[in-house]
Amino acid sequence: MSVLSISDLAVTYAAKSGDVPAVRGVSFDIRKGEVLGLAGESGCGKSTIAGAILRLHSPSTKIDGTILLDGEDVLAMKPGRLRAVRWTGASIIFQGALHALNPVQRIGAQINEAITIHQMASDRGAQVRAGELLEQVGLPSRRIDDYPHELSGGQKQRVMIAMALACSPSLVIADEPTTALDVMVQAQVLRLLRSLERDLGLAMLFITHDLSVLVEVSDRLAIMYAGKIIEEGSAKTVFTSPVHPYTKALAAAFPSIGDVRFRRKPAGLGGDPPDPQKIPSGCPFHPRCPVAWDDCAHIVPELWAAGEDRRASCLLAEGAPATSGTGASTG
Amino acid sequence: MKTEELQEQPQPEPGPLPELRSPRQITWTRRRLALSRFWSRYRRSPMGVAGLVILLIFGATAILSIFADQSTLSKVAVTEADIAPCTFRELPCPPNANNILGTDADGRSVFWLVVHGARMSLLVGLVASVITMVIGSLVGIVAGFVGRFSDTVLMRMADFLLVIPWLALAIVLASIFGQNIWVVIGIIGFTSWPGAARLIRAQTLSVKEHLYVERSKALGAGSWYVISRHILPNVMPIILANAILVVAIAILSESALSFLGLGDPLRVTWGTIIEEAFSRGATSIGAWWWLLTPSFCIVTVVLGFTMVGYALDEIINPRIRER
Amino acid sequence: MGTQRYVLGKIFQAFLTLFFILTFNFFLFRVIPGDPVALLTKTSGVELSGEQQQQLRDDLGLLDPLPTQYVGYIADTFRGDLGVSTFVEPGEQVSTVFFRDLPKTLVLVGTSTIASVALGLVLGAYGGWRRGRALDLSAMSGSLILYSMPEFVLGILFLLLFTKYLHLFPSGGYKSVTGNATGLAYIADVLNHLFLPWITLTLAYVGEYYLVMRSSLLDVMGEEYISLARAKGLRDKLVLRHHAARNALLPTVTLIALSFGFVLGGAITVELVFSYPGIGKLSFDALRKHDFPVLQGTFLVFSLAVLVANLIADVLYGYLDPRVRSSA
Repeated sequence: MSVLSISDLAVTYAAKSGDVPAVRGVSFDIRKGEVLGLAGESGCGKSTIAGAILRLHSPSTKIDGTILLDGEDVLAMKPGRLRAVRWTGASIIFQGALHALNPVQRIGAQINEAITIHQMASDRGAQVRAGELLEQVGLPSRRIDDYPHELSGGQKQRVMIAMALACSPSLVIADEPTTALDVMVQAQVLRLLRSLERDLGLAMLFITHDLSVLVEVSDRLAIMYAGKIIEEGSAKTVFTSPVHPYTKALAAAFPSIGDVRFRRKPAGLGGDPPDPQKIPSGCPFHPRCPVAWDDCAHIVPELWAAGEDRRASCLLAEGAPATSGTGASTG
Repeated sequence: MKTEELQEQPQPEPGPLPELRSPRQITWTRRRLALSRFWSRYRRSPMGVAGLVILLIFGATAILSIFADQSTLSKVAVTEADIAPCTFRELPCPPNANNILGTDADGRSVFWLVVHGARMSLLVGLVASVITMVIGSLVGIVAGFVGRFSDTVLMRMADFLLVIPWLALAIVLASIFGQNIWVVIGIIGFTSWPGAARLIRAQTLSVKEHLYVERSKALGAGSWYVISRHILPNVMPIILANAILVVAIAILSESALSFLGLGDPLRVTWGTIIEEAFSRGATSIGAWWWLLTPSFCIVTVVLGFTMVGYALDEIINPRIRER
Repeated sequence: MGTQRYVLGKIFQAFLTLFFILTFNFFLFRVIPGDPVALLTKTSGVELSGEQQQQLRDDLGLLDPLPTQYVGYIADTFRGDLGVSTFVEPGEQVSTVFFRDLPKTLVLVGTSTIASVALGLVLGAYGGWRRGRALDLSAMSGSLILYSMPEFVLGILFLLLFTKYLHLFPSGGYKSVTGNATGLAYIADVLNHLFLPWITLTLAYVGEYYLVMRSSLLDVMGEEYISLARAKGLRDKLVLRHHAARNALLPTVTLIALSFGFVLGGAITVELVFSYPGIGKLSFDALRKHDFPVLQGTFLVFSLAVLVANLIADVLYGYLDPRVRSSA
């Protein structure tokens, strides 16, 4: 039974210059206890998905498709039900190190708020629970009376995590939780997330642009490009033997010290991600693809099977239709 | 070595330049393009356009008033024909076909009073604003750029002036230096600079943070070079936007000073018209045309400057549109 | 405790500024060209011989060396001796005159400030939150127009409308000249006279406060903690009250405090329009009659008022923003 089930999700922003299709048809499932990593460069639409799940976008943004949270259709919920489901069904961990915490409110009060709003405890009970949550993330409970500016970046991120767990949600969405942190602190926070996820059996959607982080934390991986998923499968498979050229480039861009795979030439991808209002024909990646050929500009790829428990939307995939062009050597 | 274009250009250049030009020509072409881009953005703000229209109308009035007949300001040159159909005993005369905005208690046409008043009121506003912005910019940039001791001293001075209620100070200064249009301008200019200085100092500090200033200094650029080439161009937009808003405040201040009788008795401004009307009992006899016409002018002109200032502010500090 | 240090620090700064104001006041009036005694004799029409003039100068302390005068001035001020009025209330102690007139201005300015701030902040928060809707558009236009109006123009408008044409309110003063009403009738009479100047001062500044609060709220609305609050499932109103407005209040309080000097200036002109016998009208009369002791006194009182207002605002800000309390 999936905690989160997304089918054909399409999110279009309304801007002065016209519609911006940030997400153009995304589907995935997350089961209980599973961590799905969602990776991609900035602007590929991954953070948009996070906002869409709890319907946090402005009313002018069009959302099509189906989002089922614990079996309920989020997009069909009435405002009252939506408010009740927020945080109890799914919660979000923002980049806390910046300004995701209200600077004039004590952190204990901010955690309390989540609990009392959903009437899960009295004020007294909520305070106690807030202290417990802080302990769970490795902070002393007496810090519930601190203000955000009295905490370091890593500590603020832990508070964000504690807050996200306050109502025992089925799904936790982590939106770039480690991006703004130092590498050492990143590692600590990742370890924390992993252990919490294991102990509490959470379903987690982990969004980031840093693939090396995802590999440590996810069970499954989905790579996004230009508003669509272009490769997905088990984390290990996708990372160690990527099929899609974009995934390959992404994997190579985050070398790990000591990992023999990166001893060879340094990688990097030229060009920029496409403007959502001007997506190239055929495969959206073909202008930047090092192994593209003529068919790539004409055929819009779908997620074809590409090995055991893995799909990729590239003509190089095993399950892709045969083409007349010359296939370049697969990496 | 060519100077770098320092301001961010959000959109790409529209097409290649037709031919090779000298660096100076390229810079000026860029500036003209930047200006036209600015204008197309400004045009989209209804508040900005409305404000600009108001200012143009009043500005034209003020300029044209230089060529208008000055005798309409004279109290003694009034004839029976001027005030018809009222007689000398029925003054001030309500609006009629002869004087569309009526007359004052001496028979002068309110319309012409207000037209001439436009010249003085706008002059005071503009000159006072220039004084305020010049002092404020000097203080703000020096305080922000040099920092430390001069910053503390200058800001303490500014804070001190901010504590003193300006009208009380103006009253005292006027009783010392007399009632002269230049004293009025000076008082307004010298009491308004702290606000501008604070703003410009903040902007200077944030510009200073930017790396290219550091780089310039590392390359050995002198302070003057850094200020004129890096700081000024990036602080100038705020200075200009603020200057517009300060004109509005200056006009309001001048009217208050004149209303208290501290204005120049030899010049006609909208404020002095209201002062004379009020002190000669226009409210009790109900001579609303005498009181409300200059009032309307003040309100409209200040509104014009404020709207233009707001529109400029929106372009310079665009706000993220949320919800 | 961070808070105590912060408050004490602000009070100390206020005293320092007060000292500078007194010094400034002292030297300001020494700069006045002309001999005050000669001016006195000229305007009062009393002929004094050269010897008598010197005696008068000695009495006024003008013959003492400057430092002595200065110390004397400071000491006198702290004792409450602000000198003797020359022309407005000849012979009366300036402090006595202030005792009579200051409360009236306090009532007027105090109540109108509270009203305009409260109204401006609440409307500004709602207007900014629902930007572009009916409330915001009408309030914004109204605020812009009110902001562009000098206070006395608004006063004259009301005077014409409500007194001259509608005969609803008296044209000025503090209470009716005739009759000796007491108790409730007296209060009603005072309120009747107070209403027009009060509504003038309130409306004159509510526009500015609306615009400032609205602008501040718009800045806050883009912050991530607002999205977080919504994601937690809070109703819109709660997000506004607990998160958006509380943060938008911070720069607004500072700006309101800075504008208090202008509020006092407005009070002077409004008191003049309605002949309301407060400190403002007093300073105007003193100006007309060149009564320098009174002018010096009113300058001090006004500066003190702004100082106190800023102090209150600073302390309030410290209460609202925990970041300034945790001192460097």
